[in-house]
Amino acid sequence: MKTLKSKLASWDELKKSLKPRVEELKFSLHRIKRSPLSLVGLSLILLFAAVAILAPQLAPPKHPYEPYNIPRYGYSAEPRPPSAEHIFGTTEGQYDVYYGVIWGTRTAFRIGFMVVGATFLIGLVLGSIAGYYGGLFDEVIMRVVDIFMSIPTLILAMALVTALGHSLDNVMKALIIVGWPIYARLIRGDILRVREEDYVSAARAVGCSSPLIIIKHVLPNSIYPMVIMASLDVGAVVLVAAALSFLGLGAPVGYADWGQMVSFARNWIVGPPQSPLAYWHTITIPGLFMLFFVLGWNLLGDAFRDILDPRLRRR
Amino acid sequence: MEMRAYIIRRLLLLFIVLFGVSILVFGILSLFSPEQRASVFITDVKQLRDIQGIIKKYGLDAPIQVQYYNWMKALFRGDLGWSKTAQRPALEALFHFLPNTLELALFSAPLIVLVGIWLGSVSAVHQDKVIDHTTRTLAIIGWSLPTFWFGLMLLMIFYGYFRGFLPPETLSMKASLYVKSAEFARYTRINTIDALLNGQLWIFLDALRHLILPVITLTVVQCALVMRIMRSSMLEVLGRGYITTARAKGADENRVVKKHARRNALIPVITVSGWLVASLVHGVVITETIFSRKGLGWWWARAAIQLDIPAVLCAVLFNGVLFVVTNLVVDLLYVYIDPRVRLR
Repeated sequence: MKTLKSKLASWDELKKSLKPRVEELKFSLHRIKRSPLSLVGLSLILLFAAVAILAPQLAPPKHPYEPYNIPRYGYSAEPRPPSAEHIFGTTEGQYDVYYGVIWGTRTAFRIGFMVVGATFLIGLVLGSIAGYYGGLFDEVIMRVVDIFMSIPTLILAMALVTALGHSLDNVMKALIIVGWPIYARLIRGDILRVREEDYVSAARAVGCSSPLIIIKHVLPNSIYPMVIMASLDVGAVVLVAAALSFLGLGAPVGYADWGQMVSFARNWIVGPPQSPLAYWHTITIPGLFMLFFVLGWNLLGDAFRDILDPRLRRR
Repeated sequence: MEMRAYIIRRLLLLFIVLFGVSILVFGILSLFSPEQRASVFITDVKQLRDIQGIIKKYGLDAPIQVQYYNWMKALFRGDLGWSKTAQRPALEALFHFLPNTLELALFSAPLIVLVGIWLGSVSAVHQDKVIDHTTRTLAIIGWSLPTFWFGLMLLMIFYGYFRGFLPPETLSMKASLYVKSAEFARYTRINTIDALLNGQLWIFLDALRHLILPVITLTVVQCALVMRIMRSSMLEVLGRGYITTARAKGADENRVVKKHARRNALIPVITVSGWLVASLVHGVVITETIFSRKGLGWWWARAAIQLDIPAVLCAVLFNGVLFVVTNLVVDLLYVYIDPRVRLR
């Protein structure tokens, strides 16, 4: 009986301690509901997530062991228009457009999550070390950041992919190598600001170790800008990867990848004289998938910024 | 005195970053195997038999610091290697392709900046009105557009559907023959400017017709960035005390926005101009490839596909220098624009 009572009491305490967080969450959800653009973004991403998860049902692979290879229906070069059998038509070399865009969604998510996840982690660790310890660490890491950031993403990624070899994995590696410095710089700046706060001095006075202070006190207060940046970055990373694939530096021929599908369409921009838009589907459909995917992440990132940034939220 | 110390410090920093960029470029170079790097020196198939000899001759298996020293020595001689995609030395190719890229930048950069600033300030002045929502939505769509797809769509409509109305490449056949002939003096090798200097209006119009689509492609995607920064900086400035003061004094709203707010709101836009240059380079590579305009971006994209090592390294080096110099100019500009920096 007694234990139950104490349990209940601690439950009440827990509820009380969680109350502000629940309130915050409710407020955030309320903000999302009130902003139509962020709702659009959220539903776009959920839709794409559903497509990616249900890919084997939506477009059953011909060869289950290599689902990312787009099946071909013949070898003639000229794309065929949408029909009952191929609802989005076929592109150059008779690759099925519908299959390609469906499985391409998985490729896009994989590129976005792997690259942003890795750059986020590397940036977080190096930026925290630079910001918290300062001195030589800071000097060395930040100079490396300066150097990496002095070359446009696409050019540096192009050079790295050329050196590593043309493949989708190497595109991802190159984008990770190119992408981490901006996160490192962002988190370092925030840590420099937070480090001087009284509660960090208090934690240090109590005798907390440096890693513990970073993880428990500094990061939770400086991580929001990084989260916003990451959500905006997913779209940007997918765009650069698609551009590299389009240039012919990414996925192997026939791999389900939106950028490559657009490059298939390059020779078929202009149709025969009697119907100049005969091959519209080869370029428009994969492009629209790409546009809506990136748009979804950008809208979501914008909404996150308004919701998570305490300076902007209650006005 | 203070000022001079600042500039000297800034120049010293420039050399440190440039040294770093050279290390990075050399790092990328050393990712290639010695055999791949030896291929740069091969001009004849027969040489393939003695690839180890070439590696020895050019010291491609030497210790890394020796290789770096040799590479830097060649770099200072202006020897960036032979670019097989351009069929000329890489440094010469750089100047060969520069005019076409410069022309594209010359037409799109002012448009990007002016349209971006204008849209951003209009959007901020009418915050939360219909026009604000419209421009913001358009900006986010523009920002999400894949450049290469947007360019191809424009080509499909204006070149395909409208029967060659706005064609790709830089000049029509007739114009390009005339431009290459002896009658046409090449002063700058930028088609539009040379056409005007030669007094050939039809060539100018021809070149302009080929420029419209690439410039639109670049502008739509890039000006979203400027617009976004301008809008938030304008919003911040409009909330400042001196704006209230100006209004309280009875200055008319037009004057307050144009003279007091917009000028001060421009400072963050200048800050990101280094970033803008970088994103313009990105756009140029894609745009030139799509519209087959033979400029720097077109060359670099082809070089990357064909494993043209000197050209790729040249691209990284050129952009590194470009970015560092842009940032130097921005920092120095600051001193003149923002009196607070001068006083510090």
